[in-house]
Amino acid sequence: MARAGKRGLRRVMASTPVSVVIYLIVMFLIVETALKGAEAMGYNWQWYRIPQYFFEDGDAGIVLGEIPWGLVGTITLSTMAFALAVGIGLLVALLRLSDLIVGRAVARVFLEIVRNIPLLVLLYVFYYVFGPIFGMDRYVASVLCLAVFHGALMSEIFRGGIAAVALGQWEAAKSVGMSTAQIYRYIILPQSVRFMLPPMTSEVVNMIKSSAIVSVIAVVELTTVGRNIISDTYLSFEIWFTIAAVYMALTLIISSFASYLERRYAVTD
Amino acid sequence: MTAAPPIIELCHVDKYFGPFQALTDINFAVRQGERVVVCGPSGSGKSTMIRCINRLEEHDAGTITVDGILLGDDTKDIRAVRQDVGMVFQQFNLFPHLTVLENLTIGPIRVRKMDKAAAEALGRKYLDRVHIPEQADKFPSQLSGGQQQRVAIARSLCMEPKIMLFDEPTSALDPEMISEVLEAMVELANSGMTMVCVTHEMGFARRVADKMVFMEAGRIVETAPPGEFFTAPKSDRARMFLDQILEH
Repeated sequence: MARAGKRGLRRVMASTPVSVVIYLIVMFLIVETALKGAEAMGYNWQWYRIPQYFFEDGDAGIVLGEIPWGLVGTITLSTMAFALAVGIGLLVALLRLSDLIVGRAVARVFLEIVRNIPLLVLLYVFYYVFGPIFGMDRYVASVLCLAVFHGALMSEIFRGGIAAVALGQWEAAKSVGMSTAQIYRYIILPQSVRFMLPPMTSEVVNMIKSSAIVSVIAVVELTTVGRNIISDTYLSFEIWFTIAAVYMALTLIISSFASYLERRYAVTD
Repeated sequence: MTAAPPIIELCHVDKYFGPFQALTDINFAVRQGERVVVCGPSGSGKSTMIRCINRLEEHDAGTITVDGILLGDDTKDIRAVRQDVGMVFQQFNLFPHLTVLENLTIGPIRVRKMDKAAAEALGRKYLDRVHIPEQADKFPSQLSGGQQQRVAIARSLCMEPKIMLFDEPTSALDPEMISEVLEAMVELANSGMTMVCVTHEMGFARRVADKMVFMEAGRIVETAPPGEFFTAPKSDRARMFLDQILEH
């Protein structure tokens, strides 16, 4: 009876309503502590000043404020960097898996160099070194820096996903006479998607978050907008909480889209 | 007719896996329309030998000629040979993300550049040939092992190959499914296909083989017509092997 009771308790604790309640209690405690702390240091909360940064009531009616534009900046930057990063990552992974000794070496060196430099330093290299050399402005430098950094990391995700497809698939595809490119395109890559989706989702979320780093060279995106508003208003607490919430909303939407894709690509073999 | 050159010819072929010599001085020829069954204890190099014929394994010495093409490093030659040589694997190796019909048509469409309708007609024809036309729209995971292997045979046939290689096609099957696969192979043999089969199914070998090849430790020990091989094997090793697998 005692065992059944224990199992019953565990089931109750794991149910959705109880989880939500526990989550709310934890969040309440965190916010409460922050508020208390801020109060103790005499912080004057001015949340009422935040909505204007989302929607402005101008002469031409209601228009988007600075924060939505910052969000658009982040999404644009991340989308372009993501598209390039996928290309770079796939290329590096295929080189790494190829029969070409030079190709494998180039891919390995690229990966190790990029992976072992802090993103901030890499950004400085792109902006202050490559920028003047290749005539890149700050925006191009930012996109390329993010693409190269995350492309290197993605190449390992691609490599892992490709390697996870059974060897027999290669042999069957070869024995019908397909070329290597056809085998990747029609047989291997479609099957590796399901192995790549979970780590790829984390990587995309990581990339959106790390795109904040371009605020150090004043490219307009969410974090830069936050910094600008704070330098005008000194509303550090309210703005940083808000910016954090906007990032979270964006990445949570992406994560749930990814889990939808995972269900769609689930294959039994 | 006897003067026709062999369609597959292996001369003095050696193959190593690292320091291990998997094949030693293999000399082996198959004429058009001939049905050859390769048998021998496990680890004797049977699979390695037939995998060299469509270059899933690279040989290290000697020459392999398939339908007039000398197998070397030339990718074009290798692909040309593979288009004419079908292969059926122990583990089926169907493409799990494609339907049965797509498994059959992907080769004709992508490699032979056939249009989709023609490829599907071809696919259905061979699916009919292996007696599972009703499974066309299912995924491989929804089929039994025997059905999957028959799809694999049909997939190879869709490339209209001149030669079919079978690498222990019934070894991964449940016993009750073996006969349906063997039946498909017998029908194929009766249609005049050139076949090289690695198998332990001696009943099948008796029914269809023109030639038995017995291998041990990477060498061909004996080559004989089945009548002679089963009743009076020349080598002691072949006799012992037959005693072991036929005593049940």
